[in-house]
Amino acid sequence: MEPIRVLTKNVGKPGSASIDTYISGGGYESLKKALKSTPDELVQLVKDSEMRGRGGAGFPTGMKWSFLPKDSPKPRYLLCNADESEPGTFKDRVIIEHDPHLLIEGMIISAFAIRSCPMSYIYIRGEFHHGAMVLNRALDEARAKGFLGKNILGSGFDLDITVHRGAGAYICGEEMGLIESIEGHRGQPRVKPPFPAVVGVFGSPTIVNNVETLSCVPLIVEHGAEWFKSFGQPKNTGPKLYCVSGHVKKPGVYEFPMGVNLQELIYEHCGGITDDLPLKAVIPGGGSAPMLTPAEIDLPMNFDALMKAGTMFGSAGIIVMNSSTCIVDATWRMAKFFAHESCGQCTPCREGTNWMETILDRIERGGGRPQDADLLFDMTDNIGGKSLCALGDAACGPVASAVKKFRDEFIYHIEHKGCLPGTKRYRRLDMPVGAH
Amino acid sequence: MAHLQPDSPYATERFADTTKTIAFSPEAKAKFDALLERYPTKEAALLPALHLAQEEIGWVSPEVMVYLAGLLDLEPAKVLGVVTFYNMYNQRPVGRHHVQVCTNLSCMIRNAYDIYDRCLSKLGIHPGETTKDGRITVTEVECLGSCGTAPVVQINNDYHENASVESIDTLLDTLK
Repeated sequence: MEPIRVLTKNVGKPGSASIDTYISGGGYESLKKALKSTPDELVQLVKDSEMRGRGGAGFPTGMKWSFLPKDSPKPRYLLCNADESEPGTFKDRVIIEHDPHLLIEGMIISAFAIRSCPMSYIYIRGEFHHGAMVLNRALDEARAKGFLGKNILGSGFDLDITVHRGAGAYICGEEMGLIESIEGHRGQPRVKPPFPAVVGVFGSPTIVNNVETLSCVPLIVEHGAEWFKSFGQPKNTGPKLYCVSGHVKKPGVYEFPMGVNLQELIYEHCGGITDDLPLKAVIPGGGSAPMLTPAEIDLPMNFDALMKAGTMFGSAGIIVMNSSTCIVDATWRMAKFFAHESCGQCTPCREGTNWMETILDRIERGGGRPQDADLLFDMTDNIGGKSLCALGDAACGPVASAVKKFRDEFIYHIEHKGCLPGTKRYRRLDMPVGAH
Repeated sequence: MAHLQPDSPYATERFADTTKTIAFSPEAKAKFDALLERYPTKEAALLPALHLAQEEIGWVSPEVMVYLAGLLDLEPAKVLGVVTFYNMYNQRPVGRHHVQVCTNLSCMIRNAYDIYDRCLSKLGIHPGETTKDGRITVTEVECLGSCGTAPVVQINNDYHENASVESIDTLLDTLK
């Protein structure tokens, strides 16, 4: 499969973030077209495109939009999720920093389609200081041209967009955590239902969409639903950004139609594995996705195929590990991440993630007990599905899959109090431990 | 005013000194007022207001929390709760250059821990500490969303991508 340049068509042009470059490439034409149709037609168009959300869960976008209550007297909100904190994911940053107007145009069309109130928010992670600056500059340009503000292009539709910076919490990428955070609270997810489409930010019906999802909207309006469906497979449609990192020769963001073969992506497009070592494991959908072994990677990268393979497509953040990686070390690092990022609200997740980290740490340090592999596996069963949001499940993905698929290495590590020959520990055990 | 630990620099370990009066600079106050207009509730401006305050003085002191609570009609305890939840709000003063090394999986397997180790040993400090001259603070952080150019080190607001032990070594020398 050949790479495409659809979502990334402006990336790499000189001054790609400026409105002049965007307009000269046909930008904001979709907005003019969209404002001439009705909101219901636009929702139907997105439904027809069969686009599934690019944030991780893969929920059909058009269907999400149609869940908004028809008769609520409250204002409706559109929120853009630009929190991008999933380990291994860096696709939204490309759009934000290199083609912010694509996102802004997508937001204006989407806000019009869901009959949003005159204020929308982009929740961007706090670390993306540069990205927030680029977005604010782009928003000023869009206001100056009349694409934002009162009575946009004479349509009678009002909209402004505010960039809201997060402050370093992975959980705020979860839609309920994000809503809490915008309201000025700790980012601890709320119980669902009610779903955000009914009671979301400021107690109003709310739609939360990922950056890449919203950026696809102008393309669907411009070219139509059939064109969008011409990329990918049924129920897994459209162009898609894939992030590849770790032990590959050419890491980066690649754009393909949905469903590029994972093996082909790693070996042909990313130049293969660093140091020409054999492949050991692949995390296919961001840090929360269960690992795949080399024998399992000959499959199309889309929502359904990866679910069938027992893992998840998630945010398409592919982390590749070669044979030099100690799997206990790598699993410990993911467990440490989730222990750090658990919001502390649900006991199984708050306590369980810390215990998983502790047990993996003691195995790595040579203090593993014979029953530890089974214990870890058992723990994932006691955390998964027992927390309010998906973080508990996410924390179990890498641990359960590693223990299951690399059981021999865990046993070796416990028995021999050290890494399997040929693998190395990338962390430093002699370093002082920093406070979380 | 009673202090839990009078000498502790940690915001969470002492009460605000109410004899000190602090306020935003006129420029920051103008930005703060503009913020309030962007949200339907005052409370929602808390996160951006904390960013604004931190840009002004480099950290979020107990006095800042009390001041912002007053401006936003909130309880100081609520502000403390928010500050301690989010990583980016410094609960104690940091150096002029805050070096944040990402050590998450993609960076780790590209030798991020060697970089982190080099930063600490070169400066002779422990994680989270600041050099005696107030120049540099080093902390370990979670995924910065720059895995394709791993390892990545964030210094204040700027990303240094494709970092190596050598490049960070040189960079640390140039930080004044």
